Amino acid sequence: MTEPFLSIQHVRKSFGPITVVQDFNLDVEPGEFVSFLGPSGCGKTTVLRMVAGFEEPSAGKIVVAGKDITRLKPNQRNVGMVFQAYALFPNLTVAQNIGFGLKVAGMPKADADRRIAEMLDIIKLPQMGDRYPYQLSGGQQQRIALARAIAPKPKLLLLDEPLSALDAKVRVSLREEIRSIQKKLGITTIFVTHDQEEALSISDRIAVMYGGKAEQVGTPFEIYNRPATKFVANFVGTLNVLEGTVTDAASGKVRVNSQEVSLKGKLNGSKSGDTLSLALRPEAISLGRHPGRDSSLSGEIAEVHFLGSVIRVRVGIGGATVSLDTFNSPATPPPAVGEKAEISFSSGDMLVLH
Amino acid sequence: MKSGRFWAWVVFALGAAYFFIPLIATVEFSMRMRRGAYSFDAYKVVFGDPRFQATFGYSVLTAVFTIILGVLIVVPTAYWIRLRMPQLRPVVEFITLLPLVIPAIVIVFGYIRMYGSNSPLPFLGSETGANALLVIGYATLALPYMYRAVDTGLRTIDVRTLTEAAQILGAGWGTIITRVILPNVLIAVLSGAFLTFAIVIGEFTMASLLNRPAFGPYLQNVGANRAYEPAALAIIAFAITWGCMSLIQILSRFAPRSANRPN
Ligand SMILES: Nc1ncnc2c1ncn2[C@@H]1O[C@H](COP(=O)(O)OP(=O)(O)OP(=O)(O)O)[C@@H](O)[C@H]1O
Ligand SMILES: [Mg+2]
Repeated sequence: MTEPFLSIQHVRKSFGPITVVQDFNLDVEPGEFVSFLGPSGCGKTTVLRMVAGFEEPSAGKIVVAGKDITRLKPNQRNVGMVFQAYALFPNLTVAQNIGFGLKVAGMPKADADRRIAEMLDIIKLPQMGDRYPYQLSGGQQQRIALARAIAPKPKLLLLDEPLSALDAKVRVSLREEIRSIQKKLGITTIFVTHDQEEALSISDRIAVMYGGKAEQVGTPFEIYNRPATKFVANFVGTLNVLEGTVTDAASGKVRVNSQEVSLKGKLNGSKSGDTLSLALRPEAISLGRHPGRDSSLSGEIAEVHFLGSVIRVRVGIGGATVSLDTFNSPATPPPAVGEKAEISFSSGDMLVLH
Repeated sequence: MKSGRFWAWVVFALGAAYFFIPLIATVEFSMRMRRGAYSFDAYKVVFGDPRFQATFGYSVLTAVFTIILGVLIVVPTAYWIRLRMPQLRPVVEFITLLPLVIPAIVIVFGYIRMYGSNSPLPFLGSETGANALLVIGYATLALPYMYRAVDTGLRTIDVRTLTEAAQILGAGWGTIITRVILPNVLIAVLSGAFLTFAIVIGEFTMASLLNRPAFGPYLQNVGANRAYEPAALAIIAFAITWGCMSLIQILSRFAPRSANRPN
C-alpha cells in the first residue's frame, strides 16, 4: 500500500454537549475519488468542513501529504471546495470568479488569463467568460464553481452535495463530467452525497456514514455486495430481510418460517438457537426453481407491479415479504396474486447481518 | 370594483394635495420677492450669501466624514454579526434604534458634559475636536438608517457561504471584505450614505449646541430674520433631499443581481 495522501485519524467533533462525529478514520490514496454516503445529519458535511478547515476537530488529526494540517486556517490549506449552493461571487464575471484564487495567490495576469481559458475549456463553457453568474443555469453555475475550485491547482478537492440543487438529467451528466475531469487531473477528491446511485456510480471507494461514524469503507462493489453492517445493507440498495433461527450450527442449517435453508460456512460463530437477520438483494432471487440455485423457499404471491420491461413481484413468506424482479416476457403472463410460488437463490448470495 | 378604484383615486388625490399644496405655496411665496412679478430674486440672494456657501460647504464636508465613519463602523459590524453571532442581531438592532428614541438634545448634552474642555477627553477644547465630536454625533444619529440599509443588503447575499468560498480560495479578511462583501452591498451602503447625507444637511440641534457653523443653524437663523429667503431655502433643502432619494432609486437598479436560483 502506498502512503495515503489524505489521512483522517481518530477525528471527533462535538458541538457543545452533542458529539456529531466520533472516532472517524479514513485514508485516501493520491488521486482517489472517495464518496461520503449517509443519511441526513450523519456528519458528512462536518467531516468535510474539518478537512477544509471551517471547523476545528475536538480531537484527532488530519494529515495531507505527510503534513499535519489540523490547526491550519482554511486559506492556508490549498484545498478546493465546491458548495451545494454554488456560492459564485455575484459581483464578478465568470472569468473573474475562476481567477479569484489565482489573483489572491498573486499569479501574474497573463498566466492567470491563460489558466482561466484552460479551465473554461475543461468545463466546456469556453464562451462564457464575460457573463455574470445570474445569467447562467444552475448546471453551468456549478461547473464554474468547479473550475474556480480547481484553477489554483489545489492538493485536494472537496465537494459537498454539489448536484443536489440540480434537476435529474443535469445531475447525471454533471456527475460524469466531474468524474472525468477528476480523473484527467488526477486530483484527490472527497464527494459528499446522500444519493446512493451517485456514490455507487462514480466513486473509487465509498465511506458509508451513520451517526458520526464510518460504518464501512470500500469499493462500490464491496459496499453493495458485501455490506459489513445491517445499516449499510439497508441503506445501500433494496434489501429483503428475513428472520431465521439457527437449528444446527455445525452444518449451517437455519430455519426460516418453518422451512430450512443451508448456509454452510456463513454463520461464523452463531450457536444453535440464535436468531439471525438474513438478507437478499432482489436481483439474487428468482421465481421458481432454477438449476444452480441451491436454496428455495415457498410462499404466496402478495403483490405484482408491472413496470414495463421489469415486473416487480412481492412474495409473502410467513410474516415477511420478499421483493424480486423478473423480466417481462410477452410469451408468459405475469403471476397472479394469491398463487403459490417458490423462490430460489444461491445460499452464497445470502447476507447474514450481525 | 369600479367604485373601489374611484375611491382609491380620491384618497390618492387628497394625499397628493396634502403634500403638494404647501409645497407649491412655498414655491410661489419664495418667488414673490420682487413686487408685482415672479422672480428668482430670493434664490439669488440666498446663493449669493457667503454664509450660505460657507455653512453649506461645512455641512457637506461633515456629511462626507459622517458617511465614512458610519461605513467603517457599520459594515464590519453588520457583517460579523451575520457571520458569527446571529444570536446577537436583535440586541444590536435594538442598540441601533436607540438614537431614534433618545432625542438628539439629550445626546448632545451628554457629550458636552463628558467631553468638556476640562474632562479627560477634551474634545470640546479645540476646533478639530469639536468638529470630530459633531461627526461622531451625526454617525450616531444616522446609525439606525445606515445599519438597516447595510443589513438589508447583506440579507440578499449568502454571507457565510460566500465568505467560506473566498477563504478556501486563499483570501484573508481584508480581501473578503473589500472584494466580496463590500461590492455586493455597495448599493445598500450608498443608499445608507444618501440617507445620512440628507439627515446631516438639515440637522440643527447638535450643530447649534456644539456651536458649529453648519447649514442647519444657518437655516434657522435666516428663517427667524427674513421673509422670502427662508421659503427659498426650504425649497432648496427639499430639492437636495429629493435629489438624494432619487439617486438611491437610480442606484438600486445597478445592484448586482443575486445568482441563487437553483433549478
Ligand atoms: N455548528 C453546529 N452547531 C451545532 N450542531 C451542528 C453544527 N453543525 C452541524 N451540527 C449538527 O451535526 C450533525 C451533523 O451535521 P452535518 O451537517 O455534518 O450532517 P450531514 O451528514 O451533512 O447532513 P445533510 O445530508 O443533511 O447535509 C447534525 O445533527 C447537525 O445538527
Ligand atoms: Mg451536509
